[in-house]
Order: sequence, then structure tokens, then C-alpha cells
Amino acid sequence: MGHLEQAKPQPFWLCRVNYSGELSEPRATSLLSIFVSPDNFRNRVLELNASDERGISIVREKIKNFARQTPRAQAASSDGKTYPCPPYKIIILDEADSMTQDAQGALRRIMETYARITRFCLVCNYVTRIIEPLASRCSKFRFTPLDPTSSSSRLAYIAQSEHIDVNSTVIDTLISTSSGDLRRAITYLQSASRLSSSTNPPTPITPVDIQEIAGVVPEAVVNDFASTLGIETDSMDVDGKGGMVASSFGAIQSKVKELMREGFSATQILSQLHDLVILHPTMNGRQKSTCALVFAEADKALCDGADEELWILEVALRVHKALTSS
Amino acid sequence: MLFYGPSGAGKKTRITCTLRELFGPGVEKLKIDQRIFLSPSKRKLEINIVQSNFHIEITPSEAGNYDRVVIQELLKEIAQTQQVDLNAKQRFKVVIINEADSLSRDAQAALRRTMEKYMSNMRIILCANSTSRLIAPIKSRCLLMRVAAPNPDEMATVLNYVAKRAPFTLPSEAAKKIIDDSGGNLRKAILVLEALKMQTPDLSGPLAIAKPDWETYCHKVADLIVSEQSPARVMEVRAKFYELLSHCIPPTIILKTVAERVVERVDESLKADIMHWAAFYEVRMRIGSKKIYHLEAWVVKVMSLYKVFIVLPSSA
Repeated sequence: MGHLEQAKPQPFWLCRVNYSGELSEPRATSLLSIFVSPDNFRNRVLELNASDERGISIVREKIKNFARQTPRAQAASSDGKTYPCPPYKIIILDEADSMTQDAQGALRRIMETYARITRFCLVCNYVTRIIEPLASRCSKFRFTPLDPTSSSSRLAYIAQSEHIDVNSTVIDTLISTSSGDLRRAITYLQSASRLSSSTNPPTPITPVDIQEIAGVVPEAVVNDFASTLGIETDSMDVDGKGGMVASSFGAIQSKVKELMREGFSATQILSQLHDLVILHPTMNGRQKSTCALVFAEADKALCDGADEELWILEVALRVHKALTSS
Repeated sequence: MLFYGPSGAGKKTRITCTLRELFGPGVEKLKIDQRIFLSPSKRKLEINIVQSNFHIEITPSEAGNYDRVVIQELLKEIAQTQQVDLNAKQRFKVVIINEADSLSRDAQAALRRTMEKYMSNMRIILCANSTSRLIAPIKSRCLLMRVAAPNPDEMATVLNYVAKRAPFTLPSEAAKKIIDDSGGNLRKAILVLEALKMQTPDLSGPLAIAKPDWETYCHKVADLIVSEQSPARVMEVRAKFYELLSHCIPPTIILKTVAERVVERVDESLKADIMHWAAFYEVRMRIGSKKIYHLEAWVVKVMSLYKVFIVLPSSA
């Protein structure tokens, strides 16, 4: 919180995260904790997010109207405590990267004109999607993903105050499956605790439970798929290169069909297969880079909404080809 | 909550069960409503809504590009009203969003904050075929439920149960055939069983499972491609594609079915290439707007591959 306190004299704030797209660090949380007085909150803060209509007309009317009103006198708080209250109002634009370019453009002048009485606060995932004139009017705060020690202590704190029995291996699994995303880790913890307390007597939470909730494809399934493609996995002999049968087209196709029937998400399969290939001990550099190319193409295709089965099959065939041809 | 899995695996069934468990039998009193929303450009959108006193079910993808408007308006309206029925078991209402994976990015972004803010008045259940097209912030807010397709044994149990309730006896060969044909889709399996029962009441002897018309048609197209490769044949195939498209068969399904059939009938070394190009043109089809170009491009590509393979077997 320290750096935000210092930031108060700055005219505008722009909080952003690094553009690798890390999500759910406590951006919104740290913002709201500046205006702490509950009585002043209502008439001094306007919060708009992607669920509100935020076209250019709203910027021109609603935001402008709010921005030009002089803030009312500070009301004495009803609970008798004193809260810090800066002499201006705040407009919070959550998920600002989903605003249109035109709407952002309309904000430019409004931000400057009423800077004395109204401050803007934009929150976004990708600062590159905020137009340059807006970004240059703001002071920027980058929120990096929480480091594992602080998220693990937070999770332990939650577990303790909710009386959930978790050990450190479970917390480690939570952090690794959620890859630094604290909200996701908390959601998983909540679901897991619900599940474990639904049985009688309550069963302890295990790392396997967490993985199932997180939608991770079980390792055995991925390894099985990989060995069909001709990638050696731990279950095989290391010197079994010659004994490896190059599986035919039919085998791969039926394996892919089976995977799809199980309902695993294609992106999840891809990312786990990718991890397996990249960290593989015996494959050579050329093979790995060919595979990485294939994965990248497939990821793009899936983002564009391509058919999952076709693309998993495509990846499988090309990885297979890369492994057998060289 | 987010339910995902292949079609016919039982996502809807599980959602209905969840609702019943939450609210009791009252959720089964359904009524169908038609609501009209205004898009920003003042166009009228009509959306069908299925609702009971406790839940509401929408398919926002019906609104096409304007699904964001539907999500914003409808969810806010529900979220800001509290449950009035004092006898209700829960204080919140449930919104079921079907085909969540075809929601546009904007609509998904609109869901994000609403989901959190109105937790006390409203819970959301999403139903999707796959999680790939959902944005990460939505996934991290949901409890993910993977619904796998039932395995053959489970399907056999269900089919036998249906037969027992009907009641008639189901020979095990017939059951096996139906299960093989349906490929994990239980809904399809039960429908096929029903159709077969109508055709041959005793379900014995050799059974011919009637394939949907479009599937046989696709197979015909595949046969055409394999049997001759010439510009004239391309024109013929083109006419057939138009026929399929005009009957509202999704182009992806056409491409997939034809490709699978072609692959069955060509040499081993060509199979990988054919599937590669199928995947390649499928993506282009998604990005582009005119589907027929890409279907044709694929056909021509496959024909040329095949021709080269036949003329110069060594180079293929």
C-alpha cells in the first residue's frame, strides 16, 4: 500500500499489469482501500466496468457530468471514526482495455479539464490496449504476480480462519496449478473444502483433488497420448528407441477421438504436452523447436475458434512426423 | 459453475439435477418468454428465455454480435432484484447460460464483474463444449466441472434400462452396434434406439442404422473426390457443397466428415497431409466470411495431392 499512498499527489493514476496477461492481482482491492470512509464512498466514487455500457455517448454524458460536479463537503462519518478523505472525486474505469478507441479518445480532454476536482483511475490487464495519449496522462503502476511465499501465507491464513485443514503440499499444489493467480487459488480452495466437508466424516483435501478441480488433465493421460505420438515417457525403457513402434495414422486418430470424448480442454492438453516436450531429456533441439512451432500455430488457431478435434489431430500428426523423420 | 464436455455427455442433465437439489421440484414449472432487447444501433433483438420462479435460462449466442447487450441488460435486471418468494429455499436466483463458448469476448468481459458483485442475489451456471474459447478471468471465477462422455459399459447400462422401462428386450449385439455408432453421444444413442425400434420391432437380425442424410451425402462427396480429379469434378463437388450449406449444415462439420471419409480411402502416407490441410483451411474458414471458398480450396488441394501421389508415387 505504501507506494499508493505516495502516489496521491499525482494527477491521474493508471494501474496496469505486465502485458504477459497475468490476472487477478489485487488491483481493484488496493484501489478501493484508499477511499475508506463508507459514507463518502457513494458520492465521491463512480465505478464503471465492462458490464456497463461504456460507449462514447456514456463518456460524453455520464462521466463528464460526474466529473464536473464539485465534490460535496466531507460528511462526518456515522460510526464516529475519522477517515482520510482527499479533496477530490474518483472515477474508476475497471477493465479499461475493453473500452473502444473512440471512447478512450473522448476521455482525453475530460481528464485534463477537471483534474482539480476529479481524478481518474484506469485498471486494465494490457497497457498496450490503452491509447497512447491516455497512457501518457497517467502515472503507471505495474502489478506483478504475487510471489509464491506471500500467496502461500495468504492461503494459509484463509484456511486457518475458515477452519479448513490443509497441509503445505496442498498449498503448493494450489499455487502451482493456479500459476500465481490468487483468486483462482482461493476459488479452488473453496471448492475443495466444500467437497471434502460434504462427506461424512470429512475427508482431508489431497493434491489430486485440487488438480481435478483445476481441470488439469491427469498426467497418465498426457503420457499415454505422448507415447502414442512416439515421445518417450518415463514408463518406457530409456534405450527402447529401436523398439518404439511408429504408430500409424489410425492409432493416432482413434487416440485423439478418445481424448475428445473424455471432454478435456484442447488448450489444456496442448499446454501440458508442450511442457512435456520442452522439458524432455532425450529429444534433440531440432525436434523440440519443430514441435514448439506446431504448438504455437495450434494455439493461434484455437484462439480463432477452430475445431478442437481437427487441431489436436493436426498437432499429433505433425509432432509424430517430426519425431520419426529425423 | 462451469460445466464443459462433449455433446450428449449429460451436461444439461447434471445442471437440472443441481437445480432440483437447490430449489426442490419448483424449478420444473417452466415458462417460455420472448424478450426484446434494443441494440445500441436501435435494432430489435428477440431472445427466447426459459424461466421458472428460481432460475432463468438463456442462449445469448442467438443474438449473434449483440450478445453483449443481452448479457448486460438481463443479468443486471436479475441481479438487482431480490428473491421475493419467502418460501424459497435459497436467497439467490440462478442464471444458466448455454453455449457459453460461443459468447463474444465483449460479452464475456461483461460477465466478469457482474459475477462477483451480485453474488448474493444471483449465481451463474455456464454450459460449454470446451473451455478453450472462454477467457481466463471467467475460468478462474468458476468451479470447473468436466463432464466426460460415458464409456461403452455405462451406455449399455442406460440402453438396457430404457429397454426395461419401455418394456422390450434389447439384444446385446444391437446395443453394441448402437453404442459404436453413436461415438459417446448418449442422446444420439437413445434416439437411434428409438428409430430402430420403430423400423424393426424385434431388434434382431442384421440392423442397418440409418445415417443422417447429410452424412451419406458427405460420404458421396468424399467418394467423388477420390475417384476422379479434374476441374469438371471440382464443379460437381462445388454444387454438392452448396446443397449442403443451403441445408444449414455447419461447414466445419462438412469439412470434418468429408475429410475423415477421404482419409479412410487413401494411402497411409497421404493421410497426415490431408488432415493437415483440413485443419489449415478450417481456421481460414473461421476467420474468413465466405465458407465455400475454403471448402473448395481444400478439395482442390486434396485432389492435387492425390494426383501427384498417383502419377509420381516416389515423390509423395
